[in-house]
Amino acid sequence: MKDMRTPRARVRGLGAARSGTTHFWHERLTAVALVPLVIGFIVILLSLLGRNHAATLQILGSPLVAIVMLLFVLTGAYHMKLGMQVIIEDYVHDEGLKLALLIANVFFAAAAGLAGVWAILKISFGV
Amino acid sequence: MADTRAPSARPISPHLSIFRPILTMMMSIVHRITGAALYFGTLLLLWWLIAAASGPNAFAQVQWFMGTFIGRLVLFGYTWALVHHMLGGIRHLIWDVGYGFGASEREWLARMGLIGSIGITFVLWTVGYMVMGGAR
Repeated sequence: MKDMRTPRARVRGLGAARSGTTHFWHERLTAVALVPLVIGFIVILLSLLGRNHAATLQILGSPLVAIVMLLFVLTGAYHMKLGMQVIIEDYVHDEGLKLALLIANVFFAAAAGLAGVWAILKISFGV
Repeated sequence: MADTRAPSARPISPHLSIFRPILTMMMSIVHRITGAALYFGTLLLLWWLIAAASGPNAFAQVQWFMGTFIGRLVLFGYTWALVHHMLGGIRHLIWDVGYGFGASEREWLARMGLIGSIGITFVLWTVGYMVMGGAR
């Protein structure tokens, strides 16, 4: 169906970027999730201190630990992408450099998230 | 994309350098700095995870580095940045739901954030050394 709203009505509440409060909301959503996940991550790290490689793999690969680590890495990767984007938008005023850094930020966060997931899954499945 | 740089004749709003540094302002700045530090600290976490997934030799290298003075220092900094950023985040979440804006409240929140992050970091490291002493 054709959109009957006026152009103003379509962007109202969505701002110049046309995405409204989505960035803000996702940053808060991931922040709320990261509070228990960071605590879980710290507990996992403490439980691994002083252990050898085999014991580390056994703990990291156990279901609950691996799932908490996966959630932590994925949520963290998305949260840090959102945060670094704001820093770049605030301080980098050269359009070309800003565009390059915004792209690099997404690539870095995506690669970091994927690399972490790969490592945790490899440890979990022992391949 | 349009060039958004302002013409030089236009008056500009006062920026960081013109204000007297106060605690809430410093905590805001440090929140962003710790966030950026954690961003790159992720490389450390990934190095450790990938090394653990790769095998005993790679894992031993990470363990060796974390045991050096520099490694310990970086880990200590990472711990503090993580805790500080988390407490700062909780402070923001409190503000987001409309509380803690009063003069004494925001001062208290800022102070608790700083004391809390330093205190929790030292507690975690004390527990850490105790755990290591027990497990070996």
